[in-house]
Amino acid sequence: MPERFQDLHAAGGASLALAVDDLTVAYDEKPAIWDIDLNVPEGVLMGVVGPNGAGKSTLIKAVLNLIPRAAGTVSFYGKPYERARSLVGYVPQRGSVDWDFPTSVLDVVMMGLYGKLGWFRRPGKRERESAQYALEQVGLADLGDRQISQLSGGQQQRTFLARALVQDAQIYFMDEPFAAVDAVTENAIVGILQALNRRGKTVLVVHHDLQTVEQYFNWVTLLNVEVIASGPTAEAFTPDNLRRTYGGRVSFLHAANGDV
Amino acid sequence: MARAQAVTAVDRRVWLMIGAIVVAGLLIIPISQQVLGLRLTYTVRVVALGGSILGVISGVLGCFAVLRGESLVGDALSHAALPGVAVAFLLAGRELSWLLIGAGIASWLGLRMVAAILQTTRIKQDAALGIALASWFAAGIALLAYIQSLPDASQAGLDHFIFGQAAAIIERDVRLVSGVGLAVLLAVALFWKEFKLVTFDAEFAGANGFRTGMINTVLSTLIVVTIVLGLQLAGVILMVGMLIAPGIAARQWTQSLDQMVILAAIFGAFAGGVGAVISALDNDIPTGPMIIVVAFALVLLSITLAPGRGLVWSRLSQRANRRRFAAQNTLRDLYRYALRHGDADSLVPDDFIRGVADRSAELGLRQLRAQGHVALSKKGWRLTESGIKRARRIDHNDQLWDMYRLHAHALDLPVLQEDRQAPVASLLPAAAIARLERKLREAEGGA
Repeated sequence: MPERFQDLHAAGGASLALAVDDLTVAYDEKPAIWDIDLNVPEGVLMGVVGPNGAGKSTLIKAVLNLIPRAAGTVSFYGKPYERARSLVGYVPQRGSVDWDFPTSVLDVVMMGLYGKLGWFRRPGKRERESAQYALEQVGLADLGDRQISQLSGGQQQRTFLARALVQDAQIYFMDEPFAAVDAVTENAIVGILQALNRRGKTVLVVHHDLQTVEQYFNWVTLLNVEVIASGPTAEAFTPDNLRRTYGGRVSFLHAANGDV
Repeated sequence: MARAQAVTAVDRRVWLMIGAIVVAGLLIIPISQQVLGLRLTYTVRVVALGGSILGVISGVLGCFAVLRGESLVGDALSHAALPGVAVAFLLAGRELSWLLIGAGIASWLGLRMVAAILQTTRIKQDAALGIALASWFAAGIALLAYIQSLPDASQAGLDHFIFGQAAAIIERDVRLVSGVGLAVLLAVALFWKEFKLVTFDAEFAGANGFRTGMINTVLSTLIVVTIVLGLQLAGVILMVGMLIAPGIAARQWTQSLDQMVILAAIFGAFAGGVGAVISALDNDIPTGPMIIVVAFALVLLSITLAPGRGLVWSRLSQRANRRRFAAQNTLRDLYRYALRHGDADSLVPDDFIRGVADRSAELGLRQLRAQGHVALSKKGWRLTESGIKRARRIDHNDQLWDMYRLHAHALDLPVLQEDRQAPVASLLPAAAIARLERKLREAEGGA
């Protein structure tokens, strides 16, 4: 199956934003992800879906070198991670940090620029201005001075998104940005992702809600330890592939999909 | 540091407070001389200086230990230092710098042991820390007992490392501590942004190309060095208190890391200096416990009194809120009842308003009456002119918020945190308010 999609890209001539080859990650003895081959063309907005424990977050973390790989290679725009770091933006899961940390919203957003500043240099006026601009884009312009413990869940997610925006990356990895946010925030976030996508950025999103996949994403990867299917949403997001990813558990979706 | 952040009113207040504490701290010296008749002899001055410098260093590094949730790692580290002190004494004799190097190596090995346990077994962190702490401390005590049994007399005072003994500190020790301490503080200043990022969100730091493993090692090493420097003063058992108490106290007063670290340094200097002096006045008082008593007095004070987080503060603000809400709700109830039974200034029976909200009504009526918004007659309550005006304003603001909630998206208005206590007109531009007013008129016209 993956070969077919590789051919597809070759035919389209689009360059690859992300190429993953034979990637395997194991916790203890059990592989969390197994022999992943994944080619993501430049400029797609891709959903990564799969059941709990399928290795979605693990895939992102392994690709970003945050956890050790048992095997495999990864390249971004043809370069290894070490030389492509400035091209990569990351939005971790909201619950992964202590929101009672003594710092302000603007300060968190500026952290997105620390990598560009390099060792020892401190953020200054220019950094503050780009952070403020990013806050405006996510609709938190007035909350820059606020202490982060006073944010709602949706505002926390927007803050993380703003921090990724100031990175001005080419390819973004987002780990469940829609987890436990209300419909208004979800809409706002989707709007921001689509705007990024229109500007030619590649965006990978770990996603849980199968009902919205077709609406949000133009590319999809179905994952369950292995890659089941990956490609344009219309081609890869089929009832057959869903069944092979989730087992019989998604029968509720077949009807909806069958109509399309 | 502060440049990176817009200076808000709250920020300014905390900076002012930091200044005031520094002045008060400096005034302690003349006061203790004049009022308490304390004689600042050479020895006491040396001890006070040593204690304060150690307090500054451990206050700064302690902030990171506290924020990383690693306070107990600090405890294990300091206990693990004891066998190092003993072995260094056996090998090199009673020379402070060698003793501290031995302590540092043992402490660092203890840290590696915890890491090894966590990586190779399924033992949880708290248990791993317990294992390291107990076994290294036991080894240290055994070695000390062996050293005590040696015929040589030079071992005297080595057991001071258990509880700390400020009186043993001499000028040369202070110079050593200052030199190493300055290097530690310099390293924190250099790695400020990296330490902050790794402490808040190590995963993001890693994805941004920061070598988090290296940064963590540097930070842990600095904490080990800090603990080792403080051992002679505070002792292995209580060093953790000197490390974390200033940070815990400082955290209560501020919402920014810059301020927290500076405040912790000041608190640490105060606790270290005062504790060391008190214990130096009488050789029988071990220094560690004295410093901890002062440090935790600061913690207690901060937890009770600090604005925003302090217990007294939140009690007071709860009370103020209760009063404010009672007044607003009562005013609204009076106004609505009056409108439904005629005009805004119609009479509202006392029974009704008390029946709606008994105690809160009492509280609200008392305030409204004092403000002249309501008048009591024999038959009941009546809103005064100012009361009606105020009720109308609140009611109108509430309706504008309703319109905002309904139409903000369609009208493309700025995203606001909904706060009905605040006048919406002060949060939005005039043009936006005009559009909300129009929506409100449409809604009323339609109804």
